[in-house]
Amino acid sequence: MGEDWQSYIQRIEDLAGRSGLKFHPVDFEAVPDTFMMEIAVYGLPVRMPHWSFGVRYIYQLIQRHMGNSRLFEVVFPGNPGHAYLAASNGLAENILVTAHVLGHADFSKNNLLFRRCQEQVSERIVEHAANHARQIQQAIETYGMQRVEVVLDAALALEQHIDVDQSLRRERYPEYAADAKPLVDDAFRKRFASLDPAAASRGMEMKKRAPVPPHSERDLLWFIANYAPEMESWERDIFLAVREESFYFYPVFATQIMNEGWASYWHARLLREANFIPQQAYVDAIKCHSDVVRPVAADQQVALSINPYHLGFAMWEKIVEKEGMDVAREIMQQDDDFGFIRNHLTRELADELGLFRFSARSDGQVKVLETDLTALHEAVLSPKYNFGAPMVSATHIRNDGTLELTHDNSVDGRGLDLERSRKVLDYVQRVWRRPIVLTTVNQAGSTLELTAP
Amino acid sequence: MAQSTDKASEKSGDATKWYELFSRGARDWLRHDEKVRESVRKHLPQIVSGGDVINDTARTVRVPVRMLEHYHFRLRRPEEQQGAGQGKAKPGDVFSDPSKQRGPGEKGPGGQDEGEVQLLLEFKIDDIVDWLWEEMQLPNLKPRVGPSEDSEWIREGYDRRGARSRLDRRRSFKEMVKRRGNPGATPTFIDEDLRFRQLARRRQPAVHAVVFFMLDVSGSMSDRDRKLAKTFFFWVVQGLRREYRSLETVFVGHTTEAWEFTENEFFQVSGTGGTVASTGFGKVREIIDERYNPGRCNIYLFYASDGDNSVSDAADARESLSSIAGDACFTGYVEVSSGLSRQLSTETGRLYAELATAGCAAGSYALNDFDDVWGAVRHFFTAESRALDGPA
Repeated sequence: MGEDWQSYIQRIEDLAGRSGLKFHPVDFEAVPDTFMMEIAVYGLPVRMPHWSFGVRYIYQLIQRHMGNSRLFEVVFPGNPGHAYLAASNGLAENILVTAHVLGHADFSKNNLLFRRCQEQVSERIVEHAANHARQIQQAIETYGMQRVEVVLDAALALEQHIDVDQSLRRERYPEYAADAKPLVDDAFRKRFASLDPAAASRGMEMKKRAPVPPHSERDLLWFIANYAPEMESWERDIFLAVREESFYFYPVFATQIMNEGWASYWHARLLREANFIPQQAYVDAIKCHSDVVRPVAADQQVALSINPYHLGFAMWEKIVEKEGMDVAREIMQQDDDFGFIRNHLTRELADELGLFRFSARSDGQVKVLETDLTALHEAVLSPKYNFGAPMVSATHIRNDGTLELTHDNSVDGRGLDLERSRKVLDYVQRVWRRPIVLTTVNQAGSTLELTAP
Repeated sequence: MAQSTDKASEKSGDATKWYELFSRGARDWLRHDEKVRESVRKHLPQIVSGGDVINDTARTVRVPVRMLEHYHFRLRRPEEQQGAGQGKAKPGDVFSDPSKQRGPGEKGPGGQDEGEVQLLLEFKIDDIVDWLWEEMQLPNLKPRVGPSEDSEWIREGYDRRGARSRLDRRRSFKEMVKRRGNPGATPTFIDEDLRFRQLARRRQPAVHAVVFFMLDVSGSMSDRDRKLAKTFFFWVVQGLRREYRSLETVFVGHTTEAWEFTENEFFQVSGTGGTVASTGFGKVREIIDERYNPGRCNIYLFYASDGDNSVSDAADARESLSSIAGDACFTGYVEVSSGLSRQLSTETGRLYAELATAGCAAGSYALNDFDDVWGAVRHFFTAESRALDGPA
């Protein structure tokens, strides 16, 4: 079976090339289902150890036993890219998945957000992550599990709190405040200078130390790694390792609808155009395709979530049909999910797909809200704002080393989950090693301070 | 962090399929398990003192726990959660939430919202007792009678020298074969080949002990009181088992009369009528005289009651109790008083107080709640070891 599928790879690649896909070569590897599951849990084939992955792993196992999720492939961008295919895939599934992977490879090579993040992280994230894992293993051997775990608890709890608009290897803040802009040389200053030239120039040369941070800083991983008063260098390295992996994950997260849609569009299209596929395999593959891009589970009328495969697939079909492939490729290169949904999810398409907004009460009662396209866009996107995390930034370090964090509830619309936030502060406090104060709002909307310890 | 990545790529390009031999998911899951056990361990006294965990026959205790959550900053859950969905629905439709399903192949960081999954952790009672003794720094008891440093020779290891009677022929032969590498040839041994069994001294728990559990089953003792007593007795037995290779238990219940029971009956029985403790002590005395020689056997007596001994019985009770105390390693009294405030100032309480003042190994404790059980267990074991360190 494996051999059969391998022989199709080259032909599918040729077809994809002729259809205008531009991608780096991809290494395909069939791996056992158990390993596929681990890749899905860790997000990377080799990644640092942490007990929280164990929890996700068990949930995945449970899911799998209930037959809820099945993984066909995981692909890692890069040059070359790595694609892992489940060894249990049949021939038809593998053909479909190969085409799907090439769609992803095209996307990750050409999408600007992907390109920018890959320039930062390098095209070898898989190897980097394996290096991080080894480095952390060494730290465990040197400093013991307990101490490393304390650092990882904090770093992984903040994994979404990065700033991809800054460089991965960004410099520390300038130590001194920028010089005030030169004053207009007016008559007064001339006269003043002439009275006592020494005094005038003395005033000019006084440099002012810049406050830290000079502005509110949302890259918490970077900030803590650089400015924690008493962190050891191996601890800082762990923070930066987690941060680097987050830089890799960000584009995957922020373009999920586009990316999965693009890959699904291309696997469907390549399959249609591939005249070399045996009839039976073609039918099986098409069936598999329709399972993947199905919006609503077979036994249900409505879904309270949106299948990104389906939404993206439907949007790309519409765009290609209406505006042609060249425009579609341009959109693919320039947008992320925010631009994609806001610009290209139209009223007609939303109606056609039966998309709706709802409001769910805690007792499980769901009410469908009136149609409003802009609100619908934001309902689709809201889980994706700010890497899916609340807007928490570092705003000040007090003289005693206390770190002040501020949650911007005006952006998020409401305050933080206090119980969880306290726990996160406990994690972070153990590496910051000075008190931490977090400002947010309570249920009533009035300001609230959480402190640790 | 900018390390050379060449080595890594070599490794990952390696033909060895490491992932078939090793599961990171399982490793991290085990670590999670360990953390859960650690935290359960920290709260063990609270958990095990709950009456329900104790099963008469089982050697394990099951503790239900929740999976640990790795916390992230999250927004407060709003009363009304808004979202986007898909399907046949019109504005204004109201329905109840169909079970949520996740899309296939989800990846990326961040926690998924995990449903509640409960784990049932199983702990060996022996392990628990070890932890508790460590945790509470309970002393290991010294038996009063029997060879306290009882030790025994056991076989352990081999040596090249030894008495001829302990020559191990099979081992010696193996050594010879190893040396010569030809098992077919005629065996010729040299001294180097010979292996002798060695003996080592191993300390054994003291030989024999008997614990009397005496329970007041008169009408004034409620089910809850009996359950408290049972929980306490259970852990006392576990503690004593650490010290004695064979530990016998004798169960005596009394009202105005006294009977010996089997363990099962013991906690079921409830009688009516008043409390005459001396009948119980008398029964214990009788059994000791019949079956156990205080010179050979370590005797413990634990008595649980609400303390309401009839006043006219005081003299008899004192007499019979003192006679037992003279022979026993330790006599303990727990008063299960169901929240009444007259703790240990009861008839029986006074009796034991006198005993302790007289220099006998005796202690008493009031149990109001399951939370007190551990305090009581600790109290008894420390009191006893002190008593033994003293004049005894």
